[in-house]
Amino acid sequence: MTASTTSARDKDVRRVPRVVIRFAGDSGDGIQVTGDRFTSETAELGNDLATLPNFPAEIRAPAGTLPGVSSFQLQFADHDVLTPGDHPDVLVVMNPAALRANLADLRAGGRIIANVDEFTSRNLRRVGYGANPLDDDSLEGYTVHQVKLTSMTVEALKDLDIGKKDAERAKNFFALGMLSWLYHRPVERTLAFIEKRFGKVPEIARANTTAFNAGWNYGETTEEFAVSYEIRPAPMSRGLYRRITGNTALAWGLIAASRLTGLSLFLGAYPITPASDVLHELSRHKRFDVHTFQAEDEIAGVGAALGASYGGALGVTTTSGPGVSLKGETISLGVALELPLIVCDIQRAGPSTGMPTKTEQADLLMAYAGRHGEAPVPVLAARSPSDCFDTAIEAARIATKYRTPVILLSDGYLANGSEPWHIPDVAALPDLHPEFAREPNGTDAKGNPVFLPYLRDAETLARPWAVPGTKGLEHRLGGLEKADGTGHISYDPENHDLMVRTRQAKVDGIARDIPPLEVDDPDGSARTLVLGWGSTYGPVGAAVREVRAHGHAVAQAHLNYLNPFPANTGEVLRHYDRVIVPEMNLGQLALLLRATYLVDVISYNKVRGLPFTSTELIDAIEKVADA
Amino acid sequence: MSRFAAFDLVPVDESKQTAKDFKSDQEVRWCPGCGDYAILAAFQSFLPELGLRRENMVIVSGIGCSSRFPYYLNTYGMHSIHGRAPAIATGLACSRPDLSVWVMTGDGDGLSIGGNHLVHALRRNVNVRILLFNNRIYGLTKGQYSPTSEQGKVTKSTPYGSLDAPFNPLSLALGAEASFVARTVDSDRKHLIEVLRQASEHKGAAFVEILQNCPIYNDDAFEPLKDPDARDDRTIRLAHGERIVFGANGDKGIRRDPTTAGLEVCAADDPAVLVHDATQPDPTTAFALSRLDDGALSNVPIGVFRSVDRPSYDQLMRDQIADATRSQGEGDLHELLTAGDTWRVDA
Ligand code: SF4
Repeated sequence: MTASTTSARDKDVRRVPRVVIRFAGDSGDGIQVTGDRFTSETAELGNDLATLPNFPAEIRAPAGTLPGVSSFQLQFADHDVLTPGDHPDVLVVMNPAALRANLADLRAGGRIIANVDEFTSRNLRRVGYGANPLDDDSLEGYTVHQVKLTSMTVEALKDLDIGKKDAERAKNFFALGMLSWLYHRPVERTLAFIEKRFGKVPEIARANTTAFNAGWNYGETTEEFAVSYEIRPAPMSRGLYRRITGNTALAWGLIAASRLTGLSLFLGAYPITPASDVLHELSRHKRFDVHTFQAEDEIAGVGAALGASYGGALGVTTTSGPGVSLKGETISLGVALELPLIVCDIQRAGPSTGMPTKTEQADLLMAYAGRHGEAPVPVLAARSPSDCFDTAIEAARIATKYRTPVILLSDGYLANGSEPWHIPDVAALPDLHPEFAREPNGTDAKGNPVFLPYLRDAETLARPWAVPGTKGLEHRLGGLEKADGTGHISYDPENHDLMVRTRQAKVDGIARDIPPLEVDDPDGSARTLVLGWGSTYGPVGAAVREVRAHGHAVAQAHLNYLNPFPANTGEVLRHYDRVIVPEMNLGQLALLLRATYLVDVISYNKVRGLPFTSTELIDAIEKVADA
Repeated sequence: MSRFAAFDLVPVDESKQTAKDFKSDQEVRWCPGCGDYAILAAFQSFLPELGLRRENMVIVSGIGCSSRFPYYLNTYGMHSIHGRAPAIATGLACSRPDLSVWVMTGDGDGLSIGGNHLVHALRRNVNVRILLFNNRIYGLTKGQYSPTSEQGKVTKSTPYGSLDAPFNPLSLALGAEASFVARTVDSDRKHLIEVLRQASEHKGAAFVEILQNCPIYNDDAFEPLKDPDARDDRTIRLAHGERIVFGANGDKGIRRDPTTAGLEVCAADDPAVLVHDATQPDPTTAFALSRLDDGALSNVPIGVFRSVDRPSYDQLMRDQIADATRSQGEGDLHELLTAGDTWRVDA
């Protein structure tokens, strides 16, 4: 039998509302592909889901060691899901290292599916197991399935013309087939995927397909699994969906922004984890008039982007915290020149190199104020992987309309995490074509028409954007302070004061052009507000849901705009007796809120390089709500 | 379109232009006697020859005395950040083939803080002209030694003499795979303009070192090359296709030095005197020419050392976009967002 049907089961089928699975193994075990395919099958079935890949810190750590462990977690459910889940219900481990590294996260009573072939005494010793935990009673609180993944795969492939190594390598597809059976996943697309990905080497494609089917059949026939599980589709609004990661959504949002503004996209970037995938993705889409420039360093990346903006392109640079440090001087030049520029900071754990593959929200203050001089810059933060798409478009709107650098904050959690995305109707996206200056806008002392590059729009305070090539508007820009209106070099004290205040007023004024902070306070009786920003949206939302279920009235709000804050932010803060601000830093938003509104807030901070668990947030929120 | 290869995509101005058309209304503020005045005057008088539309010219500079250049030209211009002009110009040139982009830099701006951008712009061969004003000193910050100052230089920051060995800007540019490398002198207007002309005929990155006098902080640094009695014995005027001979009486020549594989001075009538070939793809001889000057200005070649054809980076970038568009069709946003695995919810 081939793995193509989910109906007509001989064994018991149990319906469950949600499951959290974590796949773990060596980085060479194909864990990410396995997780990714299982997620695609799950998305197609119509479950809501959220994923969390976890990459090893080292690229090629020795096989079978703790630093080499890679994992992929997903939560899927018949209702809407906000996080990849705190604790897996099911842990699939390809070797002892994967068990050792992940066991602590498994929920009590959870299920372990272990590739017993790899639990050799050598592999066990390597990660410090004196005895085989599968054999002693150390896993007593869990359900353990010992599966001979490697040897069964090799056995299933024995008639194929491939070596033992290649046969063993197909074991992840055996595991995928087995889990696809266990959770009633549709498999056609995985089979198609194998054809597409490995079609160039037909023997490998056949091996993977055979292993996948063998895994499925094993599930169907083995005594090991007496029951299989069904998770019904989650209710979602009508439309076309796909699964998307934050970095892909960001790249596509930038392409969309280029289309909506009518400006060609220019990305100047230097490779850096976890931002490089945006560079990779955009580099594939040249036919969208996308220029990607892999620069010699972070400074050249942003410099080239600003140069392109000067010429009338949508200049973008993508990086992580260390890169933003280097780009600071150029961002300040962008503030002085008043040119559009989008700086995407995919935050990671710092300071310095920190933990590049781990997530954090500790660049907020740098984004807000990390420049020399008074150099205000609008700051936006995406709240979920798919929200990176909308945030990119919004960043482009603000950058081009107000002629200003904009910093867009994402982080490692959003960048690599994925969720279902209701694909927007392209025709319904806003028209963002900016206006370019084409004619002189003033007169000189003799009454001759002249171009005043720093004569501002009365409402937005934006200056005219005259790109080279525009006849009659030749002018010089520079980092030196400019006279109001003419843009000539000026050391006049009053003028400098005016220009500093005007640049600030321009950014502050954006508060009139963004939506108010929305508060979710179902019956309006809450006295405690939970206020988050960025990628904590999912965990905070999941926690608030639980806290309410426990009978507490709490309100929730989430900031997408960090500079300027939405106009009603102060009012919202003052409305509640207690405001709790969870952040993956030591209280950076809290500092800004206190300083801006003279309202005290209660910080909840964790900087472990991992997203918050809902459990810890529930505790933290209830402690405050009960106080 | 322009008859100058570097600007073949830049629109021309049919009207008769003069140097005055390129002067901005800003008062020029270099110190009296500064070599920059001569360079500016030569540049302004050369621009009409290009016949380009003023609005399609962009001068990008960094920070330093030389970097004030854009303010004095009635074109588009950006006075940017210390050292970063080549990076900014790269973004501009890549996205706007219809512009004639010039970078003005100095020995501190281009070789110290911005050294990385300079070498990478040259190696990529971005279609920009880079004029490096070398006065062997930091002028704007009032007289510290620079990366081209001779070792032992006594300045405010090195009262006991500087310790570091200087760069040879041309050797550096050649080592960075520059496709066009030249040297000229601020006071030799005719030569300077001829070098600018040849730089404009070169598609790709054109690097020109201009030896420039800073009368305030490093006066007469290049005096041996300017003194009418001494200069002809020290200056080697390179001309493509001609024998490399020099000297007040034309009695000296340049030939290969078999012991070092470099070059050496010989008698002008030596049959081994080299014929200068700026188009030689192998950079070895151009590099050897750049090493003739030992730092003491005894044998200083000026003119075009190297001018070879190599596709420019910005053109390759545009070609890639055009090829992708031709073979895959122009990008369609809806198609992008809905490609791959999708599913429909019919609630
Ligand atoms: S300091 Fe030197 S280089 Fe600068 S303007 Fe004065 S003379 Fe010219």
